[in-house]
Amino acid sequence: MTLRERLREKISAAFYRHGLLCASYPVPIILFTSASILTCCYPLLRLPLPGTGPVEFTTGGRDYSVPSHEPQGDLGERPDWQVLVKAAVSPWDSSLVPVDVFRSPLSRAFSLLEEIRNHVHSDGSGVRSLESLCLQVTDLFPGLRRMQSVLPEHGCLLVSPGNYWQNQQELFDSDPDLLKTIQKHEPKGLSTSATLRDLLFGVPGKYTGVSHYNRKRVVTYTITIVLSTYDASLRSRLKQLHPSANCSLRDDHMVHVHFKEEIGIAELIPLVTTYIILFAYIYFSTRKIDMVKSKWGLALAAVVTVLSSLLMSVGLCTLFGLTPTLNGGEIFPYLVVVIGLENVLVLTKSVVSTPVDLEVKLRIAQGLSNESWSIMKNMATELCIILIGYFTLVPAIQEFCLFAVVGLVSDFFLQMFFFTTVLSIDIRRMELADLNRRLPAEAGLPPPKPGPLRPREAPPPPRPSPHTITLQTPAFRNLRLPKRLRVVYFLARTRLAQRIIMVGTVIWIGILVYTDPAGIRTYLAAQVSEQSPLGDPGGGALPPHLGGAPVFRGVDPTSTLSIHPAPDPTPLPDNHSQGHHDGAGRAGPLPQPPPPAVPQITWGPEDQEGWRRLSFRHWPSLFSYYNITLAKRYISILPVIPVTVSADLQTDLTLYKVAALGLAAGVLLVLLLFCLYRVLCPRNYGQNGVSHGRRRRGELPCDDYGYSPPVSEISPLLLRGHSMDIECLASDGMLLASCCLAGQIRVWDAQTGDCLTVIPRQGDGLSEEDGFPLRRRSAPSRPTLFTDQPDLTPLIDTNFASQPPSHLCTPPPSHLCTPPRDGFDFGGLRRPSGGDASASLTPERGSAAGTQATADWESSVWALELRGNLIAAGRSSGKLELWDAVEGSLRCVNEDGGSGITALAFLNNRIVAARLNGSLDFFTVEINKPLGLLQYRGAPGRGTMPPSPCYSSEDVISCQLTRSVQCAHQKPITVLRAAAGRVVTGSQDHTVRIYRLEDSVVHPKKTMVLASGGQDGAICLWDVLTGSRVSHVYGHRGDVTSLVCTTSCVISSGLDDLICIWDRSTGIKLYSIQQEAGCGASLGVISESLLVTGGQGCVSFWDLNFGDLLQTVYLGQSSDGQGVRQLLVLDNAAIICDFGSELSLVYVPSVLEKLD
Amino acid sequence: MSLTLTAMSNSAGTGGQQEWSGPGQTPGPSRGPYISVITNRTTNLLIRGAMLFSVGVFLSLVLNLLQVQRNVTLFPPDVISSIFSSAWWVPPCCGTASAGIGLLYPFIDRRLGEPHKFKREWSSVMRCVAVFVGINHASAKVDFANNVQLSLTLAALSIGLWWTFDRSRSGFGLGVSIALLATLATQVLVYNGVFQYTSPDFLYIRSWLPCIFFAGVITMGNIGRQLALYEYKFIQEKTHQD
Repeated sequence: MTLRERLREKISAAFYRHGLLCASYPVPIILFTSASILTCCYPLLRLPLPGTGPVEFTTGGRDYSVPSHEPQGDLGERPDWQVLVKAAVSPWDSSLVPVDVFRSPLSRAFSLLEEIRNHVHSDGSGVRSLESLCLQVTDLFPGLRRMQSVLPEHGCLLVSPGNYWQNQQELFDSDPDLLKTIQKHEPKGLSTSATLRDLLFGVPGKYTGVSHYNRKRVVTYTITIVLSTYDASLRSRLKQLHPSANCSLRDDHMVHVHFKEEIGIAELIPLVTTYIILFAYIYFSTRKIDMVKSKWGLALAAVVTVLSSLLMSVGLCTLFGLTPTLNGGEIFPYLVVVIGLENVLVLTKSVVSTPVDLEVKLRIAQGLSNESWSIMKNMATELCIILIGYFTLVPAIQEFCLFAVVGLVSDFFLQMFFFTTVLSIDIRRMELADLNRRLPAEAGLPPPKPGPLRPREAPPPPRPSPHTITLQTPAFRNLRLPKRLRVVYFLARTRLAQRIIMVGTVIWIGILVYTDPAGIRTYLAAQVSEQSPLGDPGGGALPPHLGGAPVFRGVDPTSTLSIHPAPDPTPLPDNHSQGHHDGAGRAGPLPQPPPPAVPQITWGPEDQEGWRRLSFRHWPSLFSYYNITLAKRYISILPVIPVTVSADLQTDLTLYKVAALGLAAGVLLVLLLFCLYRVLCPRNYGQNGVSHGRRRRGELPCDDYGYSPPVSEISPLLLRGHSMDIECLASDGMLLASCCLAGQIRVWDAQTGDCLTVIPRQGDGLSEEDGFPLRRRSAPSRPTLFTDQPDLTPLIDTNFASQPPSHLCTPPPSHLCTPPRDGFDFGGLRRPSGGDASASLTPERGSAAGTQATADWESSVWALELRGNLIAAGRSSGKLELWDAVEGSLRCVNEDGGSGITALAFLNNRIVAARLNGSLDFFTVEINKPLGLLQYRGAPGRGTMPPSPCYSSEDVISCQLTRSVQCAHQKPITVLRAAAGRVVTGSQDHTVRIYRLEDSVVHPKKTMVLASGGQDGAICLWDVLTGSRVSHVYGHRGDVTSLVCTTSCVISSGLDDLICIWDRSTGIKLYSIQQEAGCGASLGVISESLLVTGGQGCVSFWDLNFGDLLQTVYLGQSSDGQGVRQLLVLDNAAIICDFGSELSLVYVPSVLEKLD
Repeated sequence: MSLTLTAMSNSAGTGGQQEWSGPGQTPGPSRGPYISVITNRTTNLLIRGAMLFSVGVFLSLVLNLLQVQRNVTLFPPDVISSIFSSAWWVPPCCGTASAGIGLLYPFIDRRLGEPHKFKREWSSVMRCVAVFVGINHASAKVDFANNVQLSLTLAALSIGLWWTFDRSRSGFGLGVSIALLATLATQVLVYNGVFQYTSPDFLYIRSWLPCIFFAGVITMGNIGRQLALYEYKFIQEKTHQD
């Protein structure tokens, strides 16, 4: 036990040191690891590519012998196919009719056939006819009935062009159009494997010369006979009958092609299943990675670890002389599963679970050493199991185990070096993301209850509005871009059109290459074989290749070396012409001019290898027609017997035509797609976007993307009229009130931008004490109304904050699940229940206020609020004034407080005012309708009361201080927000307070979330109902200046010009947008996905889902220096922002369209 | 028969969806109709049974393909027919058996007390399935010197499977007994001439059959336990909430 403990300690210590090392020098270690991976994988280059291509062997030979070195010698069965390649070549006069040109060379085939058929083999044992030598075939495969007339059945497998005419000379002679007959059997469409024409002619279609345009003046075809036993006599006889001049063919070796097993679909199913299981395993494993910066990055690293360890194991095994014989694709999933991702996951989990405040190095080291014992134990167990497997002494399992062992070891190595380092980098990135976590650690935890203040080390200078508290954005409507635009934007964003063009081009090129009109593949293959030791061009007898390298079709080492001068993609038809090369001089590409008079027919080595140009499925498909598989069998291709025939021919333009057509089609396709793309994608990338984007302004490159939607969509409407900078801004959707530093209040129509009212009127001087006719006009009626009202003030319950819960009225159940806004409305509905009686009352103060309703023009307006057509203005002198927005008349004044009003909030019929001295005043606005109207109001009851009351000019309005919380805060209140029957105040004394105004009932399941931002850059999410802090995050280096919430996220902007988007439920930062200095002090949310920020002389629209800058709207030409300090989002998707002494009304029309 | 089959596959499909949405919904306090479906004992049992059944059918088809001795033609005449190359009753039998086993394992776990805790996660289950397929693969493709070697190797592999993914005595006992029963059943079937092996080496059957059965039982039990975990989790949560 002690030994074990000691061992454990040692291992743990070693891992600890190793973790320290990895986290300290991440880059060198990663470099080292990659280098070692590459080194270990290097031997893999020597391995042949996996595949099921046929394997070639060449035996020298007059005599036929089966290659004996083949490992799986399954050739007990018969098939050795002998192929006789014959070429009938005919130079001709151009005067001949092209169709008849083919007649004479093709007709020679029949006589040749006759000769072959009548051949009698005689040896010592007696005389045998060809029937006994050749491969007898039976029926065609069922389903190939259409080939029945062409392919031989029940007899020798003897294939020649004569099969088109059932091998009957008479049919051939009476055929009016030979080409048509040949074409008749061609498959329509793109053929991938061997066509019938290839089969019958025995050479690829374009080399036959049987077409309308034969420039080569050569017709080539073969007669293929399949023999089941080797026979030399036929060959000698044919050679004797047709002595060919100019023959440089070597006929001393034959090629044996071994066909491996083909993989059928049925066999692929288990393979695919294992791969699916493998991917499910990887998916479920990587899903467990958590709490890291980049989940996908780590998952990728884990997979890379496993894969490269496998590669390393194969490479190492090869290095030590072990060639893999197993099918790699089959055992690969099992190897991955055996090696597993477990260790990686365990490591990650362990590191992540270490204390966060430690240094990265220490965290990595601790995590490693915590898991060291279990990792070592697991590894030892696995090694043991695999070693047991090794001793089963089954070769396949032994090999598997060997790979697995090496893979395990290299996997361990990679885990320790590669993955640990990646993990450390990831963790460090995460630390960087919240760098100032440790810095304000103590300042970030202010108690939610008003407690003793924590002394701050360096109290920051008071700013006008350092804290912003937002409840919910006023409008949550489905304001989205129209679908059409969204589709287009989606296309543009994903660069779909570009990609389609790219993919289309690639596919087109692929098709071109595959159909191979120019013989590129052959050329490439030739190049490859030239470089590889396989291609041994000159040798008389190729040595048998022992390695069993798969040679695909077209690998033609001898023929193509000197013939292809350039890898030109345009077709060079002469490159493969058979039989009329005059030598090296003719190797260049030949354009149109007619070739020299009578081409000499020569037989070069390229003819000998002519069968190589056939599709690699040529032989398998020929035999598959007779339901014979070539799998694990050989065919031996005997030397070609050349036969020369003279006749006449003509020229061929097909290749040029095909190439030109293909090229033209491709160009056209690209052009078409490009046009489509231009039409579909109106976004301008690059220079176009810059021309009207922010970059044009030079100094403000706010947009990283350089594009923006067409500028015509959004244009600001400037509201001019104020003489000085605008101080306060308020709106209720219909109207807009603004107040400038001069104390002038203007009311605008938020829809049209017309100025409705000016307070004071333009004609009246500010100093004119009694110059307000409006006031005078309204004043006389009031005293008569007010004087004889009974004082029923005590009946009004004003003690909102201390309402016992039993006082709550139970709402109808339908209201239970309504969002907080409805709770707000419900409060509005409920109000008359206590207030029906009081509607006719006039508080005494109201009358007093009414009589002396004098505007105070000396003090400046600090706060402005607008609701209905009532403007509430809080002044620095502590006065609260209520103005009629439409008429511009002062309705009442309340001078109860002495300290300046810093913030105002309307909440139904109440006004909450926060004062500079930290007190909070609640006013009640009483509307006294004229008596006739009163009947209407009382009778219908609660349901008809509109949430935002509208006041007519006849109403008498009074404002009464109902409650004052003297010491709400100890420092000036900077922020006041009201919603859902609650008032939230934030102050410089580091507290946030929530007052409940009304007994709105919130469903217990519902949460009310409050977000607050502080000067320390912290953003807190609070549960309003319980007062508990839901989350607490640091996102900004300086003060948080603005906060808005959507239903899913919280958006904050700070003094560091950073806009952070946080997930509302988890408090995780989704992303952040760095703006340049001066941007982003004000925020607004138009819809769930559209964010507005104010910048220097402009407002920017952002897509919240992706963080893209959609557009920047410039408010004016001249005043770049002025920043947008206030920004209001109206209900009709318009934005109001101040801009120096002007107001700017920006409509977002696309949003409006959707609204309609 | 076909009617019930389609019904089962339908329910398996929906059951799959619920299972996927299950873990996502666990933290949420609200209980939608899905949760109530899952927590309902009989519905849950049905869903699990259907899922296990489909897994069993699928695995039997795939593994049967592996076992079919290859006579590869270049153009496989009919892929579908080669998938269903075995008799029609084999996949349903396998499905039923796997459903039974997959339900039996968690049941016995519950009877014995605590549910099985060892490596209870989907990645481990996937690994187990992969190893099981691998064992089948090895038995079908690897050329062994003799049948004894093959059987011994497979036995070692199966035990290794159990040790890696299960490690419970109840699982081992159940696996061995079911494997023996299944071998006996096959034996009876072969005796009665229902089918035959191409190269029987042990009393008309293949000697590696028990090992494959054992590995299959362990695998299906693993899947069944993992599926049962959801129900268990919900019940636990309910008790927590109550």
